Amino acid sequence: MNLILLAIIALGAIGLISALLLYFASRKFAVHEDERIGQVSAVLPQANCGGCGFPGCSGFAGACVKAADKGSLEGLLCPVGGQPVMEQVADILGMTVEASAPKVAVVRCNGSCENRPRLVTFDGAQSCKVQQMIGMGETGCSYGCYGCGDCVAACQFDAIHINPTTLLPEVDEEKCTACGACAKACPRQIIEVRLKGPKNRRMVVLCNNKDKGAIANKWCKASCIGCGKCQKVCEKFEAITVTKNLAYIDAEKCKLCRKCEEVCPKGAIHAINMPPRKPKAEAPVAPKTDAPVAPKAPEAPKTETPTNANGNEK
Amino acid sequence: MKTFKIGGVHPEENKLSAGQPIREAQLPKQAVFSMFQHIGAPANAVVKRGDVVKVGTLLGEAGGFVSAPIYSSVSGKVSKVDVALDASGLRRMAVTVDVEGDEWEESIDRSKDLVKLSDRPDLDAKTIVEKIKTAGIVGMGGATFPTHVKLCPPPGKVAECVIVNAVECEPYLTADHSLMLEHADEILVGLQLVMKAVNVTKGYIGIENNKPDAIKLMTEKAAQYPGIEVVPLKMKYPQGGEKQLIDAVIGRQVPAPPALPIDTGAIVQNVGTCFAIYEAVMKNKPLIDRVITVTGKSLKQPSNLLARLGTPFSQLIDECGGLPEDTGKVIGGGPMMGKALLSLDVPMTKGSSGLLIMNDKEARRTEAEPCIRCAKCVGACPMGLEPYLLSKLAEQRDWDAAEREDITSCIECGSCQFTCPSHRPLLDYIRLGKSTVMGIIRARSAK
Amino acid sequence: MENKLIVSLSPHVHGGDSVQKNMYGVCIALLPAMLASFYFFGMGAVAVMLTSVLSCVFFEWAITKFILKRNRLTILDGSAALTGVLLAFNLPSNLPLWIIVLGALFAIGVGKMTFGGLGQNIFNPALAGRVFLLISFPVQMTTWPVSGEMSYLDAQTAATPLSIMQTAISSGDASVLNQLPSSLEMLIGQTGGSMGEVSALLLLLGCAFMLWKKIITWHIPVSIIATVLVFAGLLHLANPVYANPLQVVFSGGLMLGACYMATDYVTSPMSHKGQLIYGVCIGLLTVIIRNWGAYPEGMSFAIIIMNAFTPLINTYCKPTRFGEVVKKEVAK
Repeated sequence: MNLILLAIIALGAIGLISALLLYFASRKFAVHEDERIGQVSAVLPQANCGGCGFPGCSGFAGACVKAADKGSLEGLLCPVGGQPVMEQVADILGMTVEASAPKVAVVRCNGSCENRPRLVTFDGAQSCKVQQMIGMGETGCSYGCYGCGDCVAACQFDAIHINPTTLLPEVDEEKCTACGACAKACPRQIIEVRLKGPKNRRMVVLCNNKDKGAIANKWCKASCIGCGKCQKVCEKFEAITVTKNLAYIDAEKCKLCRKCEEVCPKGAIHAINMPPRKPKAEAPVAPKTDAPVAPKAPEAPKTETPTNANGNEK
Repeated sequence: MKTFKIGGVHPEENKLSAGQPIREAQLPKQAVFSMFQHIGAPANAVVKRGDVVKVGTLLGEAGGFVSAPIYSSVSGKVSKVDVALDASGLRRMAVTVDVEGDEWEESIDRSKDLVKLSDRPDLDAKTIVEKIKTAGIVGMGGATFPTHVKLCPPPGKVAECVIVNAVECEPYLTADHSLMLEHADEILVGLQLVMKAVNVTKGYIGIENNKPDAIKLMTEKAAQYPGIEVVPLKMKYPQGGEKQLIDAVIGRQVPAPPALPIDTGAIVQNVGTCFAIYEAVMKNKPLIDRVITVTGKSLKQPSNLLARLGTPFSQLIDECGGLPEDTGKVIGGGPMMGKALLSLDVPMTKGSSGLLIMNDKEARRTEAEPCIRCAKCVGACPMGLEPYLLSKLAEQRDWDAAEREDITSCIECGSCQFTCPSHRPLLDYIRLGKSTVMGIIRARSAK
Repeated sequence: MENKLIVSLSPHVHGGDSVQKNMYGVCIALLPAMLASFYFFGMGAVAVMLTSVLSCVFFEWAITKFILKRNRLTILDGSAALTGVLLAFNLPSNLPLWIIVLGALFAIGVGKMTFGGLGQNIFNPALAGRVFLLISFPVQMTTWPVSGEMSYLDAQTAATPLSIMQTAISSGDASVLNQLPSSLEMLIGQTGGSMGEVSALLLLLGCAFMLWKKIITWHIPVSIIATVLVFAGLLHLANPVYANPLQVVFSGGLMLGACYMATDYVTSPMSHKGQLIYGVCIGLLTVIIRNWGAYPEGMSFAIIIMNAFTPLINTYCKPTRFGEVVKKEVAK
């Protein structure tokens, strides 16, 4: 009996002392935080992807509160939550936000195993950045995808995967939040976060090769050789520019007329999520049959017309 | 016998071409001169398509202070000034020359007579450095750091001695060894020139004890040259690392970056560099050729070739009996630090000390297993780092922690990966981490 | 070119060391002591050893295949077999076999695989298994047959040197120590105890083999043994109820622990400095637990405790960096 009593007293005393210690500690070391930070954090996706440019969601929340105190939320965007989340944030902070168009990550390389044969075998740690240290990589293209999946590792949303047949990453547009983590992880800046476009339809140059046409053409069947035909056909809208032997389509100016796709001698320009073309009698190009969901369906027939390599060496 | 204090490994030597005399390689049909043959700013091409050049004609001028000019090693016509694949695996600016005959610039003294320092009393420190700079000499052990930069210590730092790196700790390579056996006097005069250029009176030549004939010969010859001492070193890789060599020879350790080897008062030059310095200063010959070891277990005739820069590697292999059928990997340099080549058509450069052909079986890495934390990499690291940790931090992309763990001190010698029982690609990740952390540090200091 | 060239980053050569070589190397080092235990304890020892090794390998295989669902088979790397051998060395040779199977299950299942397999575990699996058995089956685990009896189960049991030592301390009577065998006898192995504890000499021989093969470095075994010698020696000088330090070193599982258990790669510190600290602490803890603890043997507890401190030692004990000494001198 005595023993039980002693045990109860001892344990009770220990509990009491600990409780008091904890109480004083929590009082003494309490950190005062702007409660709005917590509120803002609560509506954020909490993926801590860093797509906003801040270290994690709480960092972004802190930046929002600070910006709100200064009077404007301009320049702050959670790419994952997009417009709805930013509206909620603005509500909490008593601000308004302007509308922004949704974006998606696009892999600008079509150098599949078939288009771009492997010349050597890389044996080492499976990381694009490690492969970058051996120079050009396994293929003859100095700008194309390494296919080791640094972007896949960087994605927090399971939205990008390497296709085992093409060895190229493919973006799942449903899941992609345009946070830009993959674009940042890519050592060759192949991935671009682009405007999704009306009805998710867009025109993209699926190539990143800045070499001269002759070299680009030699090592990859699907490369842009910088011939400038697309630029000429787009004179009206001026959406296409060719810099350093590489064509680029400005998504804001592009009117989705698909003329560039037609004239590209190497089939480097792809129309994504567009309905299949009606075959035209005079159309020199085979009709594109890109499936509407898969953005860069590897089975899409390439226009493998023999190219005039000299045509671009002006 | 002296050696460096921390870590180190003992790879199999495999010096197949040891004792082979230096053989002159044939002239190539076409030579390609990369403008990126050294560390620092690339050279700027000064010739254009159609220009006629001779041996020793300037092709590219130095692109800055930390840079070096490039000279033609053949005579003929410039056929292309364009990007070309080089030994680093990148397409970069290069000058291609179609070879016709073998005509030399008249200013080059092609006689074999030895010119001693006493024969040339007119040379002072400034002239020597200037000549080295004009000749385009870079560190020929493989680092390819422009030599004249090394000979101009930053203000406040004073050189006390010159150490010649004759260690050649890389397995297979014998280029420096054969050079010492055939050109001992020239190397010693070259060392004297370096000593004069930096105004010191003490010179050391560090040679590993696996080359007793070279140690004997150099010791005999060095007796005639005041202030020069041959230091035999106990064999251990990576003794040829600049920091390890200074530690081994004079017992001083270079502190962590940003400290430089000159902080210990030592200037290290490779044997090949000394020979090139001799030729540049005494014979007025710019850096246009070098000794290269072409070797491999399956190769018919492992040899030491004196080859013109710009010669394609495939030609050098042909001269040593052709490419073996079971070739799996071709390495520019030695097996521990060399770079695997993407193509055999790339040309040799100023830093090409060897060409190693590995058969298919040797070439493949064994599959990696989980780290068993055996600490063998920690024991092998000559820089006192923890490779297992650095590699893991780089894999997890924790750059801050990697920086705290001194990842930038890594000299990429490969001892950790060499010794790892789990065959982990430690150095792959450490390299990735090191380059990323260096980038972060540069960005920070630029702010 | 028909054959594609292989490219990879340097180094392009490897020293040829492998996990298997190291694991089987330790097994070879343990072979003489194993044979000695078979000689001293007879068929019982053989049965214990076989059960332990086979069940460890089986559990590793079963867990990798059915629970973790990994395709890579790890049973051939030798680590599970080594755990089995070490576990058996820590058991009395007359232990019922089902207890051994249970111990193997705990060692591999809880001690190793829950952490993710080889290289990830915090505690030495064999020791985890032993401590689990020691706490769960204290009677069976501390009833040792007399060495030299060639029978199983019905063997006579006797007091081990360790329990004699503890009796001496608790009774305060130094004359109890006279029952101890001489240091020489203990070195060669004429004492009762767990299977692997019989012959300190053969264990040392195996340790020398491992040092020669560069499987382990000297730091951990030497620091443990030296600490125990010094600490026990001081106690012996202060009060003769504490046993002669040589007898302390050669008794019980100290040799086995110092050379084979504490040197386990996965659970010991990485830097030489850290390994010395680790060894010294194990030595101190062992003597403290042996002399003043509830159990006569403190080695396994000491190693398990220091295993827990290994991450901390790794964090604070970095190897001496190249050039660090110079930097300090300049700073002065």
